[in-house]
Amino acid sequence: MRIVVKTDICTGCETCLDSCPYTAIVMKEGMAFITEYCQLCRACLSVCPEGAIIEIAEESDRPSVRPMDYKGVWVFAEQRHGKVAGVAFELLGIGRKLADTLSVELSAILFGSTETEANELIKWGADRVYHSDDPIFETFNDEPYSQLLSRLVLEHKPEIVLAGATPVGRSFFPRVAARLGTGLTADCTELRIDVETGNLLQIRPAFGGNIMATIVCPDRRPQMATVRPRVMKRGEYRQHRKGEIIHVEAKGLQSRTRVIDSVKEVSEVSVNLQEADVIVSGGRGLGDPKGFRYLEELAELLGGAVGASRAAVDEGWIPYSHQVGQTGKTVCPKIYIACGISGAVQHLVGMQSSDIIIAINKNPEAPIFNVANYGIVGDLNEIIPLLIKKLRAMKGQ
Amino acid sequence: MDYFLTEEQMMIRDLSRQIAEEKIVPVRAELDEKEEFPWEIMKILAQSDLFGLFIPEEYGGLGKGCLELCIAVEELSRACLGVSTSYAANALGTYPILLFGSEAQKKRYLPDIASGKRLVAFGLTEANAGSDAAGIQTTARLDGNEYVLNGTKQWITNGGEADIYTIIAITDRSKGPRGASAFIVEKGTPGFTFGKKEKKMGIRASVTRELIFDNCRIPRENILGREGMGFIVAMKTLDNSRTGVGSQGVGVAQGAFEEAVRFARQRVQFGHPVISFQAIQHMLADMATEIEAARALVYSVARYIDSGAKDISKESAMAKVFATDVAMRVTTNAVQIMGGSGYMREYPVEKMMRDAKILQIYEGTNQIQRNVIGQAIIKEAARGK
Amino acid sequence: MNIVVCIKQVPDTAEVRINPETNTLIREGVPSIINPYDMHAIEAGLRIRESTGGRVTVITMGPPQAESALREAISMGVDDAILITDRAFAGSDTLATSYTLSRAASKLGPDIIICGKQAIDGDTAQVGPEMAEFLNIPHISYVKKIEEIRPDYIKVQRLMEEGFDIVESSLPVLITVVKELNEPRLPSLKGKMAAKKAEIKRWTASDIEADPERLGLKGSPTWVKNIFAPEIKKERKMLEGKAEEQVDALIEELRRLGCV
Repeated sequence: MRIVVKTDICTGCETCLDSCPYTAIVMKEGMAFITEYCQLCRACLSVCPEGAIIEIAEESDRPSVRPMDYKGVWVFAEQRHGKVAGVAFELLGIGRKLADTLSVELSAILFGSTETEANELIKWGADRVYHSDDPIFETFNDEPYSQLLSRLVLEHKPEIVLAGATPVGRSFFPRVAARLGTGLTADCTELRIDVETGNLLQIRPAFGGNIMATIVCPDRRPQMATVRPRVMKRGEYRQHRKGEIIHVEAKGLQSRTRVIDSVKEVSEVSVNLQEADVIVSGGRGLGDPKGFRYLEELAELLGGAVGASRAAVDEGWIPYSHQVGQTGKTVCPKIYIACGISGAVQHLVGMQSSDIIIAINKNPEAPIFNVANYGIVGDLNEIIPLLIKKLRAMKGQ
Repeated sequence: MDYFLTEEQMMIRDLSRQIAEEKIVPVRAELDEKEEFPWEIMKILAQSDLFGLFIPEEYGGLGKGCLELCIAVEELSRACLGVSTSYAANALGTYPILLFGSEAQKKRYLPDIASGKRLVAFGLTEANAGSDAAGIQTTARLDGNEYVLNGTKQWITNGGEADIYTIIAITDRSKGPRGASAFIVEKGTPGFTFGKKEKKMGIRASVTRELIFDNCRIPRENILGREGMGFIVAMKTLDNSRTGVGSQGVGVAQGAFEEAVRFARQRVQFGHPVISFQAIQHMLADMATEIEAARALVYSVARYIDSGAKDISKESAMAKVFATDVAMRVTTNAVQIMGGSGYMREYPVEKMMRDAKILQIYEGTNQIQRNVIGQAIIKEAARGK
Repeated sequence: MNIVVCIKQVPDTAEVRINPETNTLIREGVPSIINPYDMHAIEAGLRIRESTGGRVTVITMGPPQAESALREAISMGVDDAILITDRAFAGSDTLATSYTLSRAASKLGPDIIICGKQAIDGDTAQVGPEMAEFLNIPHISYVKKIEEIRPDYIKVQRLMEEGFDIVESSLPVLITVVKELNEPRLPSLKGKMAAKKAEIKRWTASDIEADPERLGLKGSPTWVKNIFAPEIKKERKMLEGKAEEQVDALIEELRRLGCV
């Protein structure tokens, strides 16, 4: 496949030049020309007002054939220290939908853990669970996990295999994809079946989240995808759901890595303020330093960092390194939650380019509400603990 | 304005600027507050090869000249004069070895200086001998194979932190201006101790201490050049380092100017950003013009020195006196433009104003510089130039 | 020790936006940088060389302009840099990229291969582990600290969801690194001057003896069907009601934003 500019249509308006992230379009003799730098990302195709940029299929392109002998949706159910991770239930939720659309079965793969946990997977929607309780799976090593999963896939030929985009999933799933010579799309935020082709549409963010892309894997099987935790909703839990548990032998697996120890670390919320995606920030309205402990809890739940207005820092409630504003740090997170911050110009200067601003303040006239996307007029002492409580409940804590 | 720097000079400028913006700016307020020597930044400068800029390649340096050093110092000064002084003082202490050292001395000391492994300091000033350098009282008496040093040096930059010290001491009082000599003294030599760290108005990250010599014995080979050359070593050293001080002035002025502009654009009074008022614009215009003039003068003198010119005292004095007076005016006006905010420690300009003052005082007060220029004018006129 | 570091030149993604009307990328003079995680990988390679001796070679697969990324690596102090470039690589997804890079890496006979955790344009974090599979060597992802390294053994801390594991491995091995591992050094002047003069080797598809069926578009099982702007509606809304209702509404928004 190649992308070319039809010179009989091109008017030389230069609109396409800036659309290419690889600067592969140049002007040659007054017309646009696509150079060898082109990475076939197709960003330019719809930009031309005259429709002069087109794709040309080449003989060497693959024919689009859907492999018919692969059937079934699989979910890799990650376990940690014997307990199935929450993301597995979310995957079963979306997996159930996909399986139903395709009229195929939904199976879960469980390495390690117990039969009781395997049964939970059935209650959350799996028709079948392939379970190995071999001690080699007590700790996570990439090689034995990828060897056994690949073996099972080759044996049973599922058309779709999903895993959580967790440190475990993101680490060994690519090995499986490479071993099977198939496509893997990471961090999908949406999964759908393309009604025409029966292919899995894998939708994910790119360029740091500034762009969404729909990916397909039409010719190879299985179609593999990872999904971040808490993106998909869990399906229905049915206590009396029936399903099959198949015990899998784990013979001949080797591991050249070994886990010597597992250390649990309470994350210090020491996330770099300027790199955080989410910032929970506190101001004078907090009332006292204890307020920041709540904000730390909230920040941890949301995977973010804690910021502060100058007023809070001056009161000595939190160190200066957390200060956001004209004489503090300038931040640009995806979400900025301003708690008890009035919104004086000096503070706004440091955070107004955040993607989404949420403000909580008891004063409805507070200038922060002029820049907030979502505002709550209320008592922080009521709102924040309630928010934390509900978020914890959602996380199952 | 484009000064037609070479690619390498631009490389030096860009790297120094990167270090200034990424590593110095974030910590300058804290260094000033705590009066802490910036060891971490010295390590980064060392790793970036900046200590070896002006040291010949055969000793591990980059073999660059005065202009390159000025460019680096200017960029660092734009961030913090305390840090740039700690860096530039090395050059001051190294010039005696570079200009007058024997091959053996150069081989012994320059590689470690170039790599930033050992810092250097220059010891001339004493309690009774500031502008009147000839009035120094530290003595160096030859005793067999050793010189014995006695006396106290005052206000020595990098004192106590540096490993290598180039000291001017009297070897023969009867010989008047030919009675002093220059020596290399290493930290840790018995009889060589340091006084307390001085508390200063500005450049508080830079460390200033007394050097105390009490029957300090150093090997005879540690003399730089010959006996009697001491004041020549000092004068030539200062001639070469003056442009560096000038570039410190250009740097700090540039930094203060940029802060003032940034502030004036944001600060709204009477419904307009204050930068739209003519009073402010005129101040900024004068500041910008003076900075550019200072930079142009410093660069021209640096290029002149690099061309191998022999007699540079007048020109280097001009660069120093002009640029440092500009620095004081610009930093003061930057505070003025920023008004109350400018006076607050929360904003960087009050520190820049406090820092800038020393530039008019050290390495020859601006009054002495004018003397130097005046005398050069007389000499030139007498020669019918 | 023979150390190979894989880097990628990427657009500075903080600056890349999409035009919501035309669904195309807006790339107004967006600078190209070394993928930030790869900077940590380069630094890791340099520190390993400092402790065990050896050579650090940096490789990248990309168009000719990726050479500037290699020069930046040289200015930090790496010994050698190779650009793997060929028209045949265009359109590569992660599988084809990993195959190509693994062919190049195998030519160098590395003891350790270091990759950044993920590239900030693709964000897939797949190339490292896939390379390891193609090279049939073990890998450890998300290394946040190297506790010990010897010619035949490595012990690291691997970042996990609620803490870290201590993992050991034989060599050769591939590791992917996270930002916590180190602080990348600034370039040195000598490095920058060497980078200017350096001759960057170029390897094509035939130099790395790659199977043409597994390269570029042909070798890519996945491809982009379309791209569009993310749905963030920049609305302005006050969440009304009693505290309980306000919090519920807020959680719903946070959920929609992918935050919970």
